Amino acid sequence: MARFIAVRLAATLLLLLALSFIVFGLLHLTPGDPARNLLGPRNPSPEALAAIREKYRLDEPFLRQYFLWLNDVLHFRFGTSIRSDTPVTTLLADRVVLTLQLALMSFVLTVAVGVPLGIAAAWRAGSLFDRTVSVSSVIGVGAPSYAVGLVLLYVFGVWLEIFPVYGSGDGGLDTWWHLVLPAITLAFGIGALAFKVTRTAVASELQQDYVAFAYSRGLTHSQVRALVLRNALIPVATSLGLVFGFLFGGTILVEVTFALSGIGGLLASSVTFKDIPVVQAITLITAAVIALTALAVDVLYYAVDPRVRQRGLR
Amino acid sequence: MKRLPITPLVAAVPLAVVAVFVVGAQWLAPDATTQDIYTGVTPPGTDGHLFGTDQLGRDIWQLSIAGAGSAVIGPIVIAIGSMMLGLLLGTLAGYIGGGLDLVLSKYADLLLALPTTLIALVVAGLVDGGYWVTVLVLLVLFSPTDIRIARGAVMAQATRPYIESARVLQLSRTRIMFRHILPNVLPIALATMLLNVAFALVAMSALSFLGFGVGPGTPDWGRQLSDGRDLIGQNWGAVVVPGLLIIITAAAINLMGDWLQERFEQRGAQR
Repeated sequence: MARFIAVRLAATLLLLLALSFIVFGLLHLTPGDPARNLLGPRNPSPEALAAIREKYRLDEPFLRQYFLWLNDVLHFRFGTSIRSDTPVTTLLADRVVLTLQLALMSFVLTVAVGVPLGIAAAWRAGSLFDRTVSVSSVIGVGAPSYAVGLVLLYVFGVWLEIFPVYGSGDGGLDTWWHLVLPAITLAFGIGALAFKVTRTAVASELQQDYVAFAYSRGLTHSQVRALVLRNALIPVATSLGLVFGFLFGGTILVEVTFALSGIGGLLASSVTFKDIPVVQAITLITAAVIALTALAVDVLYYAVDPRVRQRGLR
Repeated sequence: MKRLPITPLVAAVPLAVVAVFVVGAQWLAPDATTQDIYTGVTPPGTDGHLFGTDQLGRDIWQLSIAGAGSAVIGPIVIAIGSMMLGLLLGTLAGYIGGGLDLVLSKYADLLLALPTTLIALVVAGLVDGGYWVTVLVLLVLFSPTDIRIARGAVMAQATRPYIESARVLQLSRTRIMFRHILPNVLPIALATMLLNVAFALVAMSALSFLGFGVGPGTPDWGRQLSDGRDLIGQNWGAVVVPGLLIIITAAAINLMGDWLQERFEQRGAQR
């Protein structure tokens, strides 16, 4: 157990290190002089250029710059936004709640709709119901959230006027109400994924010998169902953990579509504006959240399922 | 689970239509980029514009036909390119094994663990290289899945009796790899490639929706959507037409790929 966790932890740390290198490299990958890029579109004075070179240590060798930057990042010093001249951490703190609200709401939707449908479809595998939902899920997994979002926006926002069209409301319940359409949009694709995972897990569990055995011993349908569900839901739960990571990444498009002022929307506009410190911070934090969720899920899987422990993971 | 063979037939219809759009854009939509700023936005049905016009007075329907090219060609290049990369590296990793396998697998693991959309957005957006740079970035980000699939398929083939006979016949390693193993891996590769086209289509259009990828003024579904978002109250066609085109095309490719994959898997299981 300890060995397994240590290996996974080391792998995650390596991944994050590689990622931080890429993220740091973004500054130098962006066309043009990094110092000018960091000063934004204003025409900089030589003093300002010298100051920014000093501040970002641009005259140091590349690797030294990287390690000094990494040290800052590890202390949560992400620098100052070029566009708004505020510390990046302040910018993020102002927006993170909305993004979390959105992610949470669509996660609940995903679990509440995708999982039960998956169980029901596997239970009646091959039926018209199963085929209909399965084909729909293929469409749902592939459907781009921004297109789905805009079509929903038109139908429910503009045409039927049930939901607000843009923005995140005045806080409290109003914000939740503004998040309904975005959350449905986000849950559309991810719910389809949850459906697929659940259906596969339950269906393959139903093929196991113990199910036939349980039936032949005269257990009732609902007793067998309880047995199967308990076993099938372990992989489902772990993949839902992974889905949460994807959800966080998926918020970018949905936030832009619905003009929500969350982290994702900030990232998109910061990339356009080449506000590099903000882009670096968001990319790194989001990727770290996803990697750490994956780590947690793996460890949890390992702890919960004795079969995995015996086989060893991968 | 057995599906009716109707699925691929139903999926083929929209794909054929899109193919006609791509090939025949200049005849079907000769006025796609003709602007008429005095008229500006009009709702569907105005003056012979079936789905109305956008803020520059361009005909939405013709613009959507002209946009099929940039929506589909890049993704096809991505899917083919990343599969070629995947087959080459995956075959080498799977058949030769050893240290090479370890390095290639770790490389694939690393890329696979990165959040694809996020990295593509950030790199393509900051580099500002336009359409083909975006294609290249996505091609690299897509390759690890293909490396893994090719590697797995090759390793499954390598234990089969016919490979053993080939080895006994003292055929060269290269010959066995590329003449005997590769053709048997191709069906799975083809199905995966099709699914990748759909993913790439969604990803590319997402990037141009966010304003990266194609240049301003180029007919493109993703860009149409971001323009149309602001016109949603005046002309629903500007959003609904490109939106549905992306959804339907992606769905059709996915259904086709899914169906192929299932068929090939069944065939493999029967052997």
